Amino acid sequence: MNVGIIILVVLAFAAAGYIAGKRQALSLSAQSGIKLHSLSGYYGQTVALFAAVPALLLLIVWLLVQPIVVESRVSGMIPDSAIAQGSARSLVMSDVRRIAGGLDAVLARGGLGEDELNTISANTQTVRARLAEVGVALAGEVQPVVFEAARAYRQTTKSGALAMTIAVLGVSLALAFLAYRRIEPQMRARNISEGFVKSLLIASSLIAILTTIGIVFSLVFETITFFKIYPASQFFFSTVWNPQFRGGSELGILPLLWGTMYVSFIALLVAVPIGLMIAIYLSEYAGRSMRSFAKPAIEMLAGIPTIVYGLFALVTIGPFLRDYFAQPLGLGSSSSSVLTAGLVMGVMIIPFVSSLSDDIINAVPQALRDGSYGLGATRSETIKKVVMPAALPGIVGAVLLAASRAIGETMIVVLGAGASAKLSLNPFEAMTTVTVKIVSQLTGDSEFSSPETLVAFALGLTLFTFTLALNVLALYIVRKYREQYE
Amino acid sequence: MNSISSMNTTTTTTKASPMTETKISARNVQVYYGEKHALRDVSIEIRPRSVTAFIGPSGCGKSTFLRCLNRMNDTIDSCRVEGHILIDGENIYDAKVDPVQLRAKVGMVFQKPNPFPKSIYENVAYGPRIHGLARKKSELDDIVAASLQKAGLWNEVKDRLHESGTGLSGGQQQRLCIARAVAVSPEIILMDEPCSALDPIATAKVEELIHELRTNFTIVIVTHSMQQAARVSQRTAMFHLGLLVEENDTDKMFTNPDDQRTQDYIMGRFG
Repeated sequence: MNVGIIILVVLAFAAAGYIAGKRQALSLSAQSGIKLHSLSGYYGQTVALFAAVPALLLLIVWLLVQPIVVESRVSGMIPDSAIAQGSARSLVMSDVRRIAGGLDAVLARGGLGEDELNTISANTQTVRARLAEVGVALAGEVQPVVFEAARAYRQTTKSGALAMTIAVLGVSLALAFLAYRRIEPQMRARNISEGFVKSLLIASSLIAILTTIGIVFSLVFETITFFKIYPASQFFFSTVWNPQFRGGSELGILPLLWGTMYVSFIALLVAVPIGLMIAIYLSEYAGRSMRSFAKPAIEMLAGIPTIVYGLFALVTIGPFLRDYFAQPLGLGSSSSSVLTAGLVMGVMIIPFVSSLSDDIINAVPQALRDGSYGLGATRSETIKKVVMPAALPGIVGAVLLAASRAIGETMIVVLGAGASAKLSLNPFEAMTTVTVKIVSQLTGDSEFSSPETLVAFALGLTLFTFTLALNVLALYIVRKYREQYE
Repeated sequence: MNSISSMNTTTTTTKASPMTETKISARNVQVYYGEKHALRDVSIEIRPRSVTAFIGPSGCGKSTFLRCLNRMNDTIDSCRVEGHILIDGENIYDAKVDPVQLRAKVGMVFQKPNPFPKSIYENVAYGPRIHGLARKKSELDDIVAASLQKAGLWNEVKDRLHESGTGLSGGQQQRLCIARAVAVSPEIILMDEPCSALDPIATAKVEELIHELRTNFTIVIVTHSMQQAARVSQRTAMFHLGLLVEENDTDKMFTNPDDQRTQDYIMGRFG
């Protein structure tokens, strides 16, 4: 039975359990004259939950664990001698999987019976021909061991699937029955379903947290591998970024960090003043109708895909800056430059600053404004001397969040700032950032286990640490500020 | 000698005569919040250097009227004020009157103490700074010290002027707000239930302070406490459902009011 059908059957059990449980509760209550503790539907729900949830969890775990078990068993069948020079066990195993899949396809077409399959051996030409018929092309002769392994692989997988079907359906039925038997009018079915709902919610949030942890771990492990083959001091302190396909690359992060900081700095230089002024206008001056129109309109900037910003940088801002500023001033002739990327990115993060700051300025109690107006202060004096100082910690938090967004940005930089790693102060020169290099190192032609590729993980981890630190700092500041007024 | 003194006495008497002197004069004031007619036809005369109390049940319009006197209602979009309010004979709703200047002349203390999240010194210095009342640091220091003294807070805070104003107790915060209002030397101080967030001891201190401030300022106070109105004010005005029901000497008001509704409210029959 395949997985889809198993799920459908389990759900059918649950539905049946719901109806049966509800009926049972009503009839028991009618017989004994005891009032039900909960609404009758909750009894049905309890049976349904017992039927479905543990069985489906088992199914998920089984699907995750079975391939690992089968793999390790079959892999043990292949002796080291069967692995050709320059190949690896993992490559042989992928052959095994392909042959096993091919055999399945052959069987499905009816070209071969199950019994026949057990009798034919690998050295016959028929196997290759048969497999070729169903689209599985094999490079060379199939070694007998490999063919045997494939057969075993098929067999184990098949019996595993059977066992899984039995186990899942068995658990579903058994628990449904158990829950059904335990129904009595005093049973607190409401509380049981409440407990289930709670665990469901906890499980959902765990998924998000575990994903983050998983991301960090995968980065950490690859980074450790990288530092085994490339000295960490070189990575962190070298000022040269010069990856070579032949090896002997220099992979210093400093030029990339410099580019990242420079672009982000320019972006913040654009976004912070404009964003703050927008926030002040929206929260202190704009009328209700203006505000309800302008705020979503500005937030739309954040919804534009960054690749579109990148194109804008590439075809409009870049050439404009080159023709009217860089070349007349003799500062460079490249259309991609730090300034291009920084300006465009600054526009992109304006809504981050303006929206968050607007919320924060609105959170400053009206009583403080009244106090200031009551002393004869004008609006702008009130904003400058009372509202802004009170909102400042929160605004700093908003700016830090925008900064971490800028640091992680990729597309605008690829198209706007270019790809040459450089340590320079000239904003009209092309530079590049950490994120851009992560992309180009991972999509390059180098072998995966080479330092040229693995450096991407070290770069990623460094970037992650940076933005995480900024986020934590921002959250800390925002939270501290909130305590002040609530 | 004798004649001079008697002349002085005569002038003073004429000047302080309740019949001739009026600081604030309101005529047929109407206030609307959008469609809602919140105040109807309020006319009242308020005397200088005295305390006038506004009493009445919640939502009767007494705070609304108070906020008309320094045009604080201007900050509410939907609010519309009609009629005339004259301060020293000048209509404050006239187009040539700058509400910002007006509020420097008519200070306000709010229901909940609202010190700025700045130091005690900066709180008091705020008004003098924005109005340019002090040319030198030493002048500003003097204004701050004098204001805190007038607000009866000086002895409690003189050693910690540079600590945050929000760290004071509720009663101290309210007196700080009074000091802040006094620092711009207004002529009138409006107080919107200044003691409703304070405990009895802090309330007593603020009431005592109001009593002292009366010698220099015209004070209008909104209060929910009948006892407070009786203790601090010379004149009392009773509002009900957006109408000014009665306005009278406080003594008369609390012993023998003219209006039945005032009688009922003071006896605790509604409100």
